[in-house]
Amino acid sequence: MARTLYDKLWDAHVVAQGADGQTLLYVDHHLLHEVSTPQSFELLREDGLTVHRPATQLAVADHSVPTHDRDAAIADPQAAAQVALLESNCAQFGIEYLSLTGQGQGIVHVIGPEQGFTLPGITLVCGDSHSATHGAFGTLAFGIGASECGIVMACQALWQTKAQRMRVTFTGALQPGVTAKDMALALIGKIGASGAVGYAIEFTGEAVRGLSMEGRMTLCNMAIEAGSRTGLVAPDDTTFAYLKGRPRVPHGADWDAALAYWRTLPSDPDAPFDAEVIIAADSIAPHVTFGTSPDQVLPVTAMVPAGEAKLTKALAYMALTPGDAIDGLAIDHAFIGSCTNGRIEDLRAAAAIAARGHVAPGVRALVVPGSGAVKRQAEAEGLDRIFIDAGFEWRDPGCSLCVAMNDDRLPAGARCASTSNRNFEGRQGAGARTHLMSPAMVAAAALAGHIVDVRVYA
Amino acid sequence: MTPLVTVTGQALSLPDADVDTDIIYPARFLLITEKKGLGRYAFHDRRDAPGFPLAPGVETAPPILIAGPNFGCGSSREQAPWALAGLGIRVIIAESFGEIFFSNCFKNGQLPICFDSETIERLRSAADATVHFAVSLDAKTVTVGDAAPIPFEVDDGRREALLNGWNDIARIRALHGHDIAAFEAAQQASAPWLWTKG
Repeated sequence: MARTLYDKLWDAHVVAQGADGQTLLYVDHHLLHEVSTPQSFELLREDGLTVHRPATQLAVADHSVPTHDRDAAIADPQAAAQVALLESNCAQFGIEYLSLTGQGQGIVHVIGPEQGFTLPGITLVCGDSHSATHGAFGTLAFGIGASECGIVMACQALWQTKAQRMRVTFTGALQPGVTAKDMALALIGKIGASGAVGYAIEFTGEAVRGLSMEGRMTLCNMAIEAGSRTGLVAPDDTTFAYLKGRPRVPHGADWDAALAYWRTLPSDPDAPFDAEVIIAADSIAPHVTFGTSPDQVLPVTAMVPAGEAKLTKALAYMALTPGDAIDGLAIDHAFIGSCTNGRIEDLRAAAAIAARGHVAPGVRALVVPGSGAVKRQAEAEGLDRIFIDAGFEWRDPGCSLCVAMNDDRLPAGARCASTSNRNFEGRQGAGARTHLMSPAMVAAAALAGHIVDVRVYA
Repeated sequence: MTPLVTVTGQALSLPDADVDTDIIYPARFLLITEKKGLGRYAFHDRRDAPGFPLAPGVETAPPILIAGPNFGCGSSREQAPWALAGLGIRVIIAESFGEIFFSNCFKNGQLPICFDSETIERLRSAADATVHFAVSLDAKTVTVGDAAPIPFEVDDGRREALLNGWNDIARIRALHGHDIAAFEAAQQASAPWLWTKG
């Protein structure tokens, strides 16, 4: 029978079937970070258990780490203790830990692909909802909770319910100035924040095939904001070219064997999907969120709409009124970074705009590379100088203003143009207001002091 | 895990849609590495809002929560169900849930129940009128006051685990240890490149 990519990934990892339709699914790789695992290790410790296959686990601290003065001790005692606890737990249970001062540190979803830890055809989990990012490689990747992290460490398997299959096709090619971030926001705007609950999304179509791996990661990263735990792109030559030669990727004869298998993964031509969404990529404009849910989003050329109670409440939080133009909204903060848009191509796109001017008076703009490797690459290309000369702050890698767990936190009432993935109430600090957009759009907003259509720079 | 068989008492109504786990448990409290004692942080930044059903400082709530659609969307943070558990909430009823949150509830002896919007509105009115609720996982019903019990659906496996308070890790190891070993032997043969580091 014809099968989708998701079906093939699922079928290859079935350990046992439960009586109630749940499947015990084998987990090949597990990424750990400091926030979702303290209680997971405690579960093991309570029952005197060990980690089943330590070599399949990789840990890094990213959420609560400071993004400046990396060589100094972490000033916040709670954050310092949390990072130290991850390190000592990894040491005790034999898990490799990429230290804060080492070359490999970065945001968990940025370092997985960089390290070649993310591979096509495998299952990969992490105690973070943006684990969907890794689906860009044709990896069955999804976010789990802390209890499930403990189960994976002890058992290498998880009870899961198979999702329905949704195909999202982006027809045509993207217009200049429009990115994978705009594709993701356009999709979420169309189907809603819960539009893909219960579905695993496969992204297809000319515009998807035309994306780099980094663009595909951005697209899959945001699948969770449409309610799906899983976003997938079928692996192809773009995927294989990205992977070849990375540290943990198979080499030699193993590479050839793996590649032969990976080429069997794409959905069969007549494979059935349970839901279809089609979006004309060539008609997508740069998108900006205006509310407190990622589905409250519109083209930058639009006006803030009126709506029902939910929207009225969101607009009150955002201090906006129906009829306000999105283009022209004054901002006082700008953030370029996160697991959505903290990769080298994102920084290149932002720097190309930053080079055109200087951050507007009254705007504080941060650039936080997604990993140490991204930071070194950017510095080798001179992007750091462009940002610094234009008045941006150049930071060390971490989640930073995406989750606001460290000292990168906005005051109440601040309005931020952000490349991150969530515009929830309080996400960047209690009372702070977030507008999601692409890296080039954030850079443009930082220079203008207000949200602006990046296409004016074309 | 604490077994859940029946839960009785009043219900708390929170009708807002898309209440994400950042609202349930704000990020800055994620620096805490414990899972107990988090009830005081639940909905921390919403408590001052006019009409919000929990006042600042309150550390207990009724055992049943009638939530809005897409409750628990967003971050996978299990601190969200832990914080609700800290308030004493054992049953959460909504039209739909964020999937990771839904799964996390079961891992912590909490029961999420889905009903259609019409049924939710009936339950919400009852909650607002402080009518007594009785949730039976055994019978798979919610009973409001003297009305006829309303049946709900739940996966058999999850129901059994909740009723018995079963520990997932111990169960998987005891019942499926040999299945996992067999899977691993087969994968080592078919995809050796996944095993070069053990």
